[in-house]
Amino acid sequence: MSAADARRPRIGVLAVQGAVSEHEAALADVGARTSRVRSAADLEGLDGIVIPGGESTTFGLVAGESGLLDALRARVDDGLPVLGTCAGMIMLASGIEGGGPQPLVGGMDIVVRRNAFGRQVHSFEAPVDVPALGDPPVRGIFIRAPWIERVGPGVEVLAEHGGHPVAARDATRIVAAFHPELTDDRRLHRLFVEGVQERSAGTEHEEDTVVGAQ
Amino acid sequence: MSDDVAGNGAQGATGTDAVKAGLARMLKGGVIMDVVDAEQAKIAEDSGACAVMALERIPAEIRKAGGVARMSDPEMIMGIQEAVTIPVMAKCRIGHYVEAQVLQALEIDYIDESEVLTPADEASHVDKRAFTVPFVCGATNLGEALRRVAEGAAMIRTKGEAGTGNVVEAVRHMKTITQDIRRVASATPDERFAIAKEMAAPLELIEWVGLHGRLPVVNFSAGGIATPADAALMMFLGAEGVFVGSGIFMSEDPPARARAIVEATTHWDDPEVVARVSRGLREAMPGIEIGELGEGGLLQTRGW
Repeated sequence: MSAADARRPRIGVLAVQGAVSEHEAALADVGARTSRVRSAADLEGLDGIVIPGGESTTFGLVAGESGLLDALRARVDDGLPVLGTCAGMIMLASGIEGGGPQPLVGGMDIVVRRNAFGRQVHSFEAPVDVPALGDPPVRGIFIRAPWIERVGPGVEVLAEHGGHPVAARDATRIVAAFHPELTDDRRLHRLFVEGVQERSAGTEHEEDTVVGAQ
Repeated sequence: MSDDVAGNGAQGATGTDAVKAGLARMLKGGVIMDVVDAEQAKIAEDSGACAVMALERIPAEIRKAGGVARMSDPEMIMGIQEAVTIPVMAKCRIGHYVEAQVLQALEIDYIDESEVLTPADEASHVDKRAFTVPFVCGATNLGEALRRVAEGAAMIRTKGEAGTGNVVEAVRHMKTITQDIRRVASATPDERFAIAKEMAAPLELIEWVGLHGRLPVVNFSAGGIATPADAALMMFLGAEGVFVGSGIFMSEDPPARARAIVEATTHWDDPEVVARVSRGLREAMPGIEIGELGEGGLLQTRGW
């Protein structure tokens, strides 16, 4: 691995099921190295992780069985930066409104509603204004999409559609109800990867300081 | 495509190509299970299925019963929609516009225009571009897959031979499509005219496949998958996910087998996982040798 490669952040994509390759392509476009995460061991050495779109019930069951879900929760709680789209947003929520209990990663102070926009016949695309990404609006592709019912303090709403929050972030997590990975727009992935890089740089700096103090 | 105002007031363009093909992308790496009632649908969901296919009789039973197989009773479909939160698919007969319209009115998430049911039209398939709901269609080779895509299919599944518990036809169809794609990709532009003619597929789509080296939509495998190893085999051969019809609920221990097939589909390239989940599943469904079916007994030759 070249020195330039070593500086590229390594981002895992949860690969239990869902739109994995689309996120890999988007992450590669913004300069990240990617690897697939199917077991707890695959979390080693990651600078960040993406939880893609797919079926959140499948993610919870398959990742729960192997111990991956617990390991992932521990890493994310510990500050591993994470981007979740659609089902990924559901997995990161601390609660689900109007649905039965299901295994989640949790930890983000948001409550979501699954399939909030309706069944597939109501799935849609529409321009979504995301001020943090600047102009023009994002082409939001919403597929049996959730929305955010409530956000807690410390969570910033990044975008709304139809009067409901559909993207948000806190210190280490970014979530979106729509699918930027299905478009050519890489701005949300760039925002995420830049955050990962800043965080890695900060961590290295702290380590330097500790070494210097000795 | 139209502006939707019914879906909880969120305005946007529904039924676009990106929205239709996008749902199939979200299903990738998953298992779609045939179910005949709400109880089976719940078992499928609790086993990790990424979607269910609601139908009145699973293909093995359709084979046994004979006669004309049609779209399922809407009441039974609605019962399944009530029971689960994952996408619900349902089958209409090939070329049966009204069954497809009924399924769309029921707000089914995906329509399978399926050779497992008795065709309503022996010449033409449904013009799927006119629908808001996406369609999945069966194919045995690249030409057939691209004809369906041209008609508006947003997802393809290899046909296999449904209801047999015999994976040999699914393997044949997946390998044929892969080989066809390789041939198109390595062909020169002038050769692609001849290939389009030979495969009876639109030139634009042949050129797209040549440029990208894959189908323009997600491709699952179906027809005869009965064991976790069968599912992993189809993933190994390049399927992006699997449909399991009779294989689960015709077996002796459906919940355990369903769970095992889901695990084997995710971890298809890890033989230790496939070995672990394959242990103690009791009997798989009884299989049928394809040769015993005769020409008339084949479902895969329905459609063109």
